[in-house]
Parts: sequence; structure tokens; C-alpha cells
Amino acid sequence: MDRRCVAALLTLACCAPAAAASLQPYEITGDAIVAPLGGTRGDPAKGRAIVVDRQRGLCLLCHTGPFPEQRFQGDIAPSLAGAGSRLSEGQLRLRMVDSTRINPDSVMPSYYRTDHLTRVAPAQRDKPILEAQDIENVVAFLVTLRDQPSLKETR
Amino acid sequence: MRRAGGFVVLGSACLASLASAEIPLDQRKSGADFISAATRAMQEDDTANPAMLSTLDGESMWNEKAGGAQKSCGDCHGPAPKSMKGVAARYPAYNVARQAPVDLSGQINACRTDQQKAEAFKPESAQLLALSAYIGSQSRGLPVSPPDDARLASFRARGEALWSQRIGQLNFSCAQCHDDNWGKRLGSALIPQAHPNAYPIYRLDWQGMGSLQRRFRNCMSGVRAEAYPYGAQEFIDLEVFLAHRARGMPVETPGVRP
Ligand code: HEC
Ligand code: HEC
Ligand code: HEC
Repeated sequence: MDRRCVAALLTLACCAPAAAASLQPYEITGDAIVAPLGGTRGDPAKGRAIVVDRQRGLCLLCHTGPFPEQRFQGDIAPSLAGAGSRLSEGQLRLRMVDSTRINPDSVMPSYYRTDHLTRVAPAQRDKPILEAQDIENVVAFLVTLRDQPSLKETR
Repeated sequence: MRRAGGFVVLGSACLASLASAEIPLDQRKSGADFISAATRAMQEDDTANPAMLSTLDGESMWNEKAGGAQKSCGDCHGPAPKSMKGVAARYPAYNVARQAPVDLSGQINACRTDQQKAEAFKPESAQLLALSAYIGSQSRGLPVSPPDDARLASFRARGEALWSQRIGQLNFSCAQCHDDNWGKRLGSALIPQAHPNAYPIYRLDWQGMGSLQRRFRNCMSGVRAEAYPYGAQEFIDLEVFLAHRARGMPVETPGVRP
């Protein structure tokens, strides 16, 4: 058995799934969550601020992106540039809410999931990484990240 | 019911991810390969290495009489350059009395309490770090040599499982960073392979010495996990696994980190 299985079994053995406490309900359709969490779309400017914030969004720990003012962007994950062209709003929402639904081995944290986690620090226990409205703010921002073919060609 | 279902799902997920990303032996790199040239030069020059202060403290402590027995480490063991040569390289080792592996700090404290009849040193205390650095430096250049001891096997397996277990709010395993993404940048930090061969270290950011377990605790808090307490069996198990993973790599104690 490979060691991931051992780890997975270990998780199962020790932890009953935590109740998904105060999360907004959502419905997954195919590879997307079509409706905004809590019913209201977000604000792209607020979303951008979260994306570049290393304590809140954490995105730039792993991703690069069109943020020329930001030093030290990570290179674990693909660039966020053009994400809004590659993925629909609903796909971006599911990617944010629970990336492991798309790729079980993804290292991208599930930003709106509190169950099936192990040894979460007391301060964060039963809390999602981002609240519903902040997920919507980030999604609203990601939608604006369109490919600019002319720019791409000149690079 | 739920649990049984979970096994089925996970079972098939496991089959899909059989490609375990263990680092091939010839691709292993010491932590010193992930630090700046300036920091590395500091580590390699004893007159510039800030950990040498602590190491020299350890040397004088070696000869201090202590405890109800009024004996120094040296009274029983003789000069450390001879008696402690290669010792740190084979820790953690199985301890019969405890029926469990102990790491070097654990062995030092066992001698403190059982042999010197003195109080154990506190985790991360200057004394414990100094003696660990001094004893560790007697293995410098020697290969990490975990004992070939069947009694360690179950502890190592447990350490490997912990290594691969996703933890914390950010849901990361040690392996996902240190096996799958070493050499990449996590924000400003270059992810090393997490070998234990330079510990204890002087960390410029801490402005002081720290043990391997302090490093584990930092990584655990980084992923918003509840860190195990110092000396926890889980940490010893991780140390047993990491020693195996680093077998053959030269000891560099005391290291310097940014
Ligand atoms: C710990 C690393 C990590 C963090 C933090 C992270 N991601 Fe990701 N993300 C990834 C990886 C790796 C992928 C590639 C797909 C996969 O492996 O799941 C990815 C994929 C994506 C994708 C899909 C990209 C595409 O073109 O298909 C989007 C969009 C995305 N991330 C957005 C974000 C946003 C927004 C944040 C912050 C709120 C974030 N990510 C934080 C690692 C991360
Ligand atoms: C999200 C990525 C990440 C995860 C998960 C992670 N680490 Fe680390 N680890 C790092 C980074 C980055 C460093 C280097 C930090 C520095 O020196 O600035 C590091 C350093 C280390 C080192 C020191 C290596 C050296 O040469 O000094 C050890 C040992 C280590 N980690 C062990 C662990 C263990 C054990 C776990 C799991 C409990 C773990 N790490 C989880 C990112 C991670
Ligand atoms: C009264 C004699 C005595 C004193 C004093 C003493 N030790 Fe020991 N030490 C032993 C004996 C006996 C062993 C081997 C048996 C055991 O594991 O406890 C040992 C084992 C060790 C080992 C493991 C050696 C190996 O090959 O695995 C280390 C390291 C060590 N001692 C360090 C110290 C340090 C550091 C001190 C001072 C703080 C110290 N000892 C004080 C008697 C002593």
C-alpha cells in the first residue's frame, strides 16, 4: 500500500467527520457551483485585496499572477492570469470552495470546507479559510482575469 | 456505515495515486543547498557560525559535575570527541527501558535524570540545545546512520504515515511540500527537502538555536495545524522516519538557517 493510503486510513481511524457548522449550503452541478454562496455576487476590488493578502487569501504563496506590485510570488501553482477566460464563474467558485472535488490530490486548500480535516489549530477549528462573501469577492475578481492575446503574443 | 463507505472511496483513490513521490536517494539535497551563499558560508566557517557559541557552551557543560551523583558527562563517558563520535548520527535509537525510540535530547535527559540524578533539561532550553549541538558536532561529516533495528520499524512506519497525512486548516501533508514541491517557492521561501542532518541549528530569524522539533512545530503552525507538544511520540516517530529518509547524508550539525 502506498503511503498516502496509510495516511488516509489513519485519518479515517482517528477522526469522525466534523459537522459542517455554519456554512452556506451550495449545490454542485457538474464541475461548477452555479449560484453565488449566500445568493449575492461579490466585489472584484475586495476580491483582489484578498488574493494578494498573504494572511487571508494566501494565493500568492503558490500562484503567480498579474500583480506587478507583489514581490515573492510562489511557483507551486499555475499563473492566475487568464483564469477568467479558462474557467466559468461557476467553475471558479467550486475551485475556491473545495478544490479537492476537482483534483483529490490538489494542494490547493479548500477555502470553504470544514469537514474531513485533521488537527486543525484551535483558533481555526470549524471555520472555513474564507467566509462566503469573501469567496464571492474572490470569484468576482477571478472572473475579471481575462486573457489578453495581444499581450501574450508579444511576450 | 459512513466509515465503511469512506474506506471504499479512499481505497480507490489510493489506487489512483500509487505514484508515491519519495525522493530518489541520488536526488537528495541537504538543507544547506536551499539557503543563500552567505548563510551557507556562515555555516561552513566555525569562526563565523553563530551556533558555535552554543556548541562551545556544550563543551564546557560536558565537564561540569551536576546532580545528586555529582558527576559530569565526561566522568562517565570520557572526552566527547572520542566517545560521542558518530553517536548523534544514529539517533533516534531504541531505548529498552522505555520500550520506544528516544532522540538525542531524550537520551541526554535520560542521563541527566538516571545517571546524574539531576532535573531534566527543559525542551528548547539553552543547556539542552548546547549539549545536543556539541554531541551532534562530533558526528560532523559522518553519514546519518539510523540503526538497523527491527524494533524501530513500527515507529518508522507511524512516522511515515504522519509525514503523509494532510493536516491543519490548509490541509497539507509534510510530503506535499517536502517530497512533491521541494525546490519551488512558497511565497518568498524556497522549500527544502526537510532533512534533519544539521540540527540543532542557529536560525537568524529566531536569533537563536532551535531543535528539529521546533522546526516541525513551525511547519505545523504554518498549515494552521495544532502542533504536537515537544517530546511527543509523534515527533519522535517523525524523527525516526526522517533519519531513515536521510540515511547516508553527511551530518552538518550545527547548521545555520535564515
Ligand atoms: C497551497 C497552494 C495554493 C494556494 C494557497 C492556492 N492555490 Fe490555487 N491552485 C493550486 C494548484 C497546485 C493548482 C493547480 C490545479 C491543482 O493542482 O488542483 C491551483 C489551481 C487554481 C485555479 C485553476 C487554475 C486554472 O487555470 O485552471 C484557480 C482559479 C486558483 N487556483 C485560484 C486560487 C486562488 C484565488 C487562491 C487564493 C484565494 C488560490 N488559488 C490559492 C495551489 C494553490
Ligand atoms: C506548506 C509547505 C510546508 C509544509 C506542509 C511543511 N513544511 Fe517543512 N518547511 C517548509 C519550508 C518553506 C521550510 C523552510 C523554511 C525556511 O527555512 O525558511 C521548511 C523547513 C522544514 C525543515 C528544516 C529543513 C532544513 O534544512 O532546515 C524540516 C525538518 C521540516 N520543514 C519538516 C516538516 C515536517 C515534519 C512537516 C509536516 C509536519 C512539514 N515540514 C510541513 C514548508 C513546509
Ligand atoms: C554515571 C554515568 C553517566 C553520566 C554522568 C552520564 N552518562 Fe550518558 N550514558 C551512561 C550510560 C551507562 C549509557 C548507556 C546506557 C544508556 O543508554 O543509558 C549512556 C549513554 C549516553 C548516550 C548514548 C550513547 C550511545 O552510544 O548511544 C549519550 C548521548 C549520553 N549518554 C550523553 C550523556 C550526557 C550529555 C551526559 C551529561 C549530561 C551524560 N551522558 C552523563 C552513563 C552516564
